[in-house]
Amino acid sequence: MTTLGATAIRAARRFASSLPALFGVLIFTFLLMRVLPGDPAVFFASGPNSGKEEIETIRKQMGLDKPVPQQLFLYLYDVGRGNLGRSLMTGQNVTKDLRERLPASLELTFSALLIALVLAIPLGVLAALKPGSLVDHGVRLFCALGVCVPTFVSGLLLIYIFYYLFGVSPDPTGRVDIFTTLPPAHTGFLLIDFALAGDFDGWWAAFKQLILPACTMALFVIAPLARITRASMLASLGSDFVRTARSVGLSWWRIIVTYALRNAILPVITIAGIVFSTMLGANVLVEKVFSWPGVASYALDALLSSDYAPVQGFVLLMASVFVIVNLVVDVLYGIADPRISIG
Amino acid sequence: MSSATLQHAAFILRGNPITGIAAIGASLLIFVGIFGPWIVPYDPIASNVQNALMPPSAAHWAGTDQLGRDVFSRIIVAAQLDLAIAVSAVGISFALGAVIGALCGYSGGKLDRAVGRFVDVLMAFPLFVLAMAMVAALGNRVENIVIATAIINLPFYIRFARAEVNVRRNLGWVEAARACGDSHVSVVLRFLLPNVLPAMVVQMSLNLGWAIINAAGLSFIGLGVKPPTPEWGIMVAEGARFISTGKWWLVAFPGLALMLAVLCFNLLGDGLRDILDPRQRT
Repeated sequence: MTTLGATAIRAARRFASSLPALFGVLIFTFLLMRVLPGDPAVFFASGPNSGKEEIETIRKQMGLDKPVPQQLFLYLYDVGRGNLGRSLMTGQNVTKDLRERLPASLELTFSALLIALVLAIPLGVLAALKPGSLVDHGVRLFCALGVCVPTFVSGLLLIYIFYYLFGVSPDPTGRVDIFTTLPPAHTGFLLIDFALAGDFDGWWAAFKQLILPACTMALFVIAPLARITRASMLASLGSDFVRTARSVGLSWWRIIVTYALRNAILPVITIAGIVFSTMLGANVLVEKVFSWPGVASYALDALLSSDYAPVQGFVLLMASVFVIVNLVVDVLYGIADPRISIG
Repeated sequence: MSSATLQHAAFILRGNPITGIAAIGASLLIFVGIFGPWIVPYDPIASNVQNALMPPSAAHWAGTDQLGRDVFSRIIVAAQLDLAIAVSAVGISFALGAVIGALCGYSGGKLDRAVGRFVDVLMAFPLFVLAMAMVAALGNRVENIVIATAIINLPFYIRFARAEVNVRRNLGWVEAARACGDSHVSVVLRFLLPNVLPAMVVQMSLNLGWAIINAAGLSFIGLGVKPPTPEWGIMVAEGARFISTGKWWLVAFPGLALMLAVLCFNLLGDGLRDILDPRQRT
């Protein structure tokens, strides 16, 4: 229990220390809106031909006639209340839009991370067990090539292979095809919702839609994960405690998994946190390729039609998700290696 | 370079011929980047609608696109723009990052803390998202792609230069330079930076590939470069519309160009690291 308590304290302290950065993020997104080309009041007015008076009224409503520091406080106040402004494109509150689309993005990102970890850790371990072997070279080649193929290219090529050539994948647009009845939204994660509703056909349809974009994203991040697993496994396999474990005759599986891997996992967690940030960025590309209805494609559509409130909200959201992920990584640290939380 | 360094480089190359191949590949890429427009068989923006969407053939090695333009010529000509964006972005962040980082590492104190905070804020964003937002804020132009890519790379260079200078600032030879009457600025620029540069050049080479992918990604989503300008990211984006009807060459060849370019710079960076800093070999 003390370990748990120490981990909680550590997480709290870490959260407190990430607050200044989060505040900086807020200021940055505020400034971003200030430098954006054009006058937001004109955008928010009913149309490009709206009268001067109307624009003036909107400017007053939005507080754009006030001095900049005061506007910053207004902005912080709005964000604090969860008001991120209104989108011109959908005519809805940005907070609402983002909340509707966030589960789609998170489902995609988490599935991709899961696929990447499930593939990368065994590959890294195998490569480390027999350095210089065929497996090792294969993994290294795969890693070297994996980081070089941009996600938007690998995604399109996967579509070509699995949709056009083999016809095993459904039409690569969206999370489910429009004729599927959606399950009641408990979590917003379709795979979980379908499973809760007991609708196996729906689950399978959603799974088939998800697998290509998730694999696309996973392909890009397997390389750093496998590489770090290999390096830290090599160090851990060469250490005294593994030699001791071997000499007392413990089983192969026990030595590799319980002793070596447990001690090698820490750098992998660190890299997984960094990789997650990369994936949040890659989301923009993958969601565009697969017409995935997530927050990134929403922000991108908004960006290309000069609708800036959603972009601002999206950037803020991504930075917050990233801060939370870093916190989770820290907590995982404590669980993976109790020495850290006690120290 | 002294002859010992050259010998060492030759020794490394013998043991690791991949670095040599990567160096040749990178030189070829730079050659194509400079002379591309003069060596292509077709005009990269001349359309010929009768000949649209033809698969690869002897006349058109990489096929033709929806306007009948030769994909191979477009890829070759595009190398110039893609490399120019990546090289100038990495160059800017290298120069700024080295100087800012070195000053922070040397002086410490208020400047160091302020820059540290700024870097923390930059690092709190997923970097591609940050680049996207910056291009949106600054205006949808190629220069801004360069600036955005430079800014998202900046934190790495600042941190790297800061750390490297920080461990050296109290060493004997720095003290000796100070004792001889060199000013602080001169110590940083003439003694500390040259010591840090080799390691940073390695970073730069490893970074170039990443910058190429980032810049191509930005133009893939419609930021920066505008059609009909040949650029790898845009070419993939245009080809994306035809992929589900099986026109693979529109995506595969520009994608291959991107991949080879990134691969060359990554392998070259790894090789350079082995030559300059053998301790970090993995």
